[in-house]
Amino acid sequence: MIGPILAGIAALMLVAVAMIGIRPASNGGPSPAGKLVYLASLIATLAILISAGPHLLPGTVSTLELPLGIPWLGVHLRIDALSAFFLVVVNLGGALTSLYALGYGRHERSPGRVLPFFPAFLAGMNLVLLADDAFTFLFAWEFMSLTSWALVMAHHRESENIRAGLVYLVMAGFGTLTLLLAFGFLAAAAGDYSFQTMREAEITPAVTAVVLILSLMGAGSKAGIVPLHVWLPLAHPAAPSHVSALMSGVMTKVAIYGLIRIVFELSGTPTWWAGLLVLLIGGITALLGVLHALMQHDLKRLLAYHTVENIGIIFIGLGLALAFIANEMPAAAALAFTAALFHVFNHSLFKSLLFFGAGAVLTATGKRDMEQLGGLIHRMPVTAALFLVGCVAISALPPLNGFVSEWLTFQAILLSVDLPQWGLKLLVPAVGTLLALAAALAAACFVKAYGVTFLGRPRSEAAANAVEVDRFSLSAMGILALLCLAAGILPGVVIDSLAAVSQMLVGEHMPVQSQIAWGSIVPIAESRSSYNGLLVLVFIALSASVAAVAIHRLASRRTRRAPAWDCGYPEPTAATQYSASSFAQPIRRVYGSVLFAAREQVEMPPPAGTGPARHQVRMTDPSWTGLHDPLIQLVDRISGLVNRLQFLTLRRYLAIVLGTLIALLLVLALWS
Amino acid sequence: MELIRELMVQGTQMLLVLTLAPLLTGLVRKARARLMRRRGASILQPYFDLLRLLRKEVVLAENASWLFRATPYLVFAATWVAAALIPTFATGLQFSWTADLIAIIALLAAARFFLALAGMDTGTSFGGIGASREMLLASLAEPAMLMMMFTLALIAGSTQLSTVTEFLASPESGLRVSLVLAMIALVMVAVAENGRIPIDNPATHLELTMVHEAMVLEYSGRHLAMIEFAASLKLLLYLSLIAALMFPWSLAHAGDSWLLYLAGAVSWLLKLGVLGVMLAVFETGLAKMRVFRAPDFLGAALMLGLLGTLLLFVSRGA
Repeated sequence: MIGPILAGIAALMLVAVAMIGIRPASNGGPSPAGKLVYLASLIATLAILISAGPHLLPGTVSTLELPLGIPWLGVHLRIDALSAFFLVVVNLGGALTSLYALGYGRHERSPGRVLPFFPAFLAGMNLVLLADDAFTFLFAWEFMSLTSWALVMAHHRESENIRAGLVYLVMAGFGTLTLLLAFGFLAAAAGDYSFQTMREAEITPAVTAVVLILSLMGAGSKAGIVPLHVWLPLAHPAAPSHVSALMSGVMTKVAIYGLIRIVFELSGTPTWWAGLLVLLIGGITALLGVLHALMQHDLKRLLAYHTVENIGIIFIGLGLALAFIANEMPAAAALAFTAALFHVFNHSLFKSLLFFGAGAVLTATGKRDMEQLGGLIHRMPVTAALFLVGCVAISALPPLNGFVSEWLTFQAILLSVDLPQWGLKLLVPAVGTLLALAAALAAACFVKAYGVTFLGRPRSEAAANAVEVDRFSLSAMGILALLCLAAGILPGVVIDSLAAVSQMLVGEHMPVQSQIAWGSIVPIAESRSSYNGLLVLVFIALSASVAAVAIHRLASRRTRRAPAWDCGYPEPTAATQYSASSFAQPIRRVYGSVLFAAREQVEMPPPAGTGPARHQVRMTDPSWTGLHDPLIQLVDRISGLVNRLQFLTLRRYLAIVLGTLIALLLVLALWS
Repeated sequence: MELIRELMVQGTQMLLVLTLAPLLTGLVRKARARLMRRRGASILQPYFDLLRLLRKEVVLAENASWLFRATPYLVFAATWVAAALIPTFATGLQFSWTADLIAIIALLAAARFFLALAGMDTGTSFGGIGASREMLLASLAEPAMLMMMFTLALIAGSTQLSTVTEFLASPESGLRVSLVLAMIALVMVAVAENGRIPIDNPATHLELTMVHEAMVLEYSGRHLAMIEFAASLKLLLYLSLIAALMFPWSLAHAGDSWLLYLAGAVSWLLKLGVLGVMLAVFETGLAKMRVFRAPDFLGAALMLGLLGTLLLFVSRGA
């Protein structure tokens, strides 16, 4: 069944090529080419989705070798349960993004900069998932990076976007480089660049360790782990919103795929400290990601930082799985691994939903800054309701899907008490605390995001005059919201479809859930823990409606509209409302003063003066000040020194060439 | 037959928590008043308050959306469902496997999430201040509660509350350091979560010291009744949880005779009464903290929970 998938990818590429050089419609209206591209992408991704689905069943591996690429290697393609799962995630996200873009894409000012790259980006991500040799993998990976970079640079006239593009390009290049090195080590050990030989080869622990660190840097930087996340909150919001959804919801998952493929499958048995390292990164990433998000007032940047947080949660699951595998506890490993993959699926759903919502707000108001929004629940009721579903899901509240995967992760943490290593014993409870903190802070963050954007009174003319977006966008968001609900109330279905992946990579799968009465999920044993999202939903719905009906029958039903009470001091201007910054101020004060060195400065006018008071907040990101800024300075200094080489005379160049030649010959002579 | 019986027990529990919640609030208020040498309102006053509110009309702020009107019912429902799953007088309730302790904590978090959103909905500064502070306190109280749950789950080998209480009631569970730490954390969280002194004051009318009350400032009539009811239910839930975990004896089990159920219910009432009076004593003896001192208090609870968990991780044979 690899043929239809390949055909889908080829179709996406063809559309991409056909769109090169497309110009905006001369009348300034929406170009028909845009509709065509997104419709074609929708069909192609749906086709891939349908043909990849059956491979989620155990034992349905198919491979294909094409005589392309490097002569002695060729192109190896393969689809197994792992790639099938990620193909489903990517193409589900891709299909819904295409549907959304059918409406959203009409507002694109420069379609020539988006239309060719959008299908190419989708094709690149799909190809990464199919690759079965290092060359194809890296080629597809780099293709995915470059096409997404082009999309980030679509609106290149804004200076912020240029910086975002530069940082992204550098980080993507760095990531590919480390992955290249990782594959180099693996190929040296295996003797060949194809994944099949790597799977069969005996990998020494030293190589496993080096490959782990390199792939954590390579795939981790693409996924957005702290401190390599710095490009992500710049690049993801810079792209058009449907591309932001793809990058945040889907491309980060491809990075997770790369990491799983290398660390769990290709590079031999992991040691326990591999789990420790991944856990530590996951915990820090989760907490710092959500705290950064709380400090933002740009809606899309806030969402991008939340991607960092969710990647951290996924890493916590993966780290636990590695620790369990190293200690030969396959049942626990299956639970942790399934929790991580479940969160991968969930995050792709609700993050796409939220970015679509942010895009809808952007379309309706032209603003991303929450401080200028507000009251949109009255103007855009459907978007507001669907965005709320996304907020509840990402805040890990029952009965939606985000809660289930975090619940499974907590259950896995509880099993780790039996791990023998002291390092893990001390770290795992701390990581559990970080995860709990991240979950609680995420709820705070989305109260802020939703409360400031959609509730309250409009803070600008644009927000007051917003209108609901088109039907394509709404239906894409509606489908995602329904999927969030479905995965939340029927988690057993998702867990069961992950069984083959888990069996393939950790040698065990979670107990089959679909046989359990009432649709509960029971990860280990019923006496230990169980959860039933469907019943929770039914109970809440029942008791809320019973209460509502009873009160409307028996008690007073009178309702009167009046100005807000506000303790007797109602203020007619919308500026007196709580803003995003003021909402986050207590949290900034408690957490940010240490982590981000947040300082507030208040300048009051002199007594009886009429000048305005000023309030300033300064924050720094420790990842920039601690790691990237010094690195940039170092590179600057070195290139400053090397710069002299550009202005030498011809004789000196010749001398350098000669000197190098002699030195090399000497080395060669001494070596042998 | 068995199923009907179990359903009846579950239904009794749901009705009992509903009817007793305002009484408990009344008891705490009365005890506080007596400790302050006031006579205090009748212990039944909360019922009268609810009835009065239900009879009044709702005054909606001009800007309020459907979310503002739906929230009271959602908050009430989520809290009621959570309270129905706590083993108050019997363990092994019919639906206790629906949600374990993690899910109960998350249900309460969902209620708070919507309440905070409702606070932001009217677009007033007091609603915002309440929501913002409530979420700050929750950002520490919730992890502290989860760490407390971790300790319990590791000791009892389960996150299911019924199993945990049964284990704690059995002779196997001796007095453990981590259990003590977890219980202290639980009490601290319970105080904070219910908006009690020293974190918040449910009786305050000074705007800048309010947290919970500021968030629900714009509510009136039947909506306010629902929210007050939910607050009473939450207090009952936390005190029942403390009772079930600290004094897990004389709980009935699934399949016991009616008499044992009755005994369980009577002892639950006694436990609640004692705990309610203790809460009043605790509250009268303390002064309210500044808002920015509260994170220290809750941070301490979080550290205690973490310490309890860590001790269990370390003491488990290597």
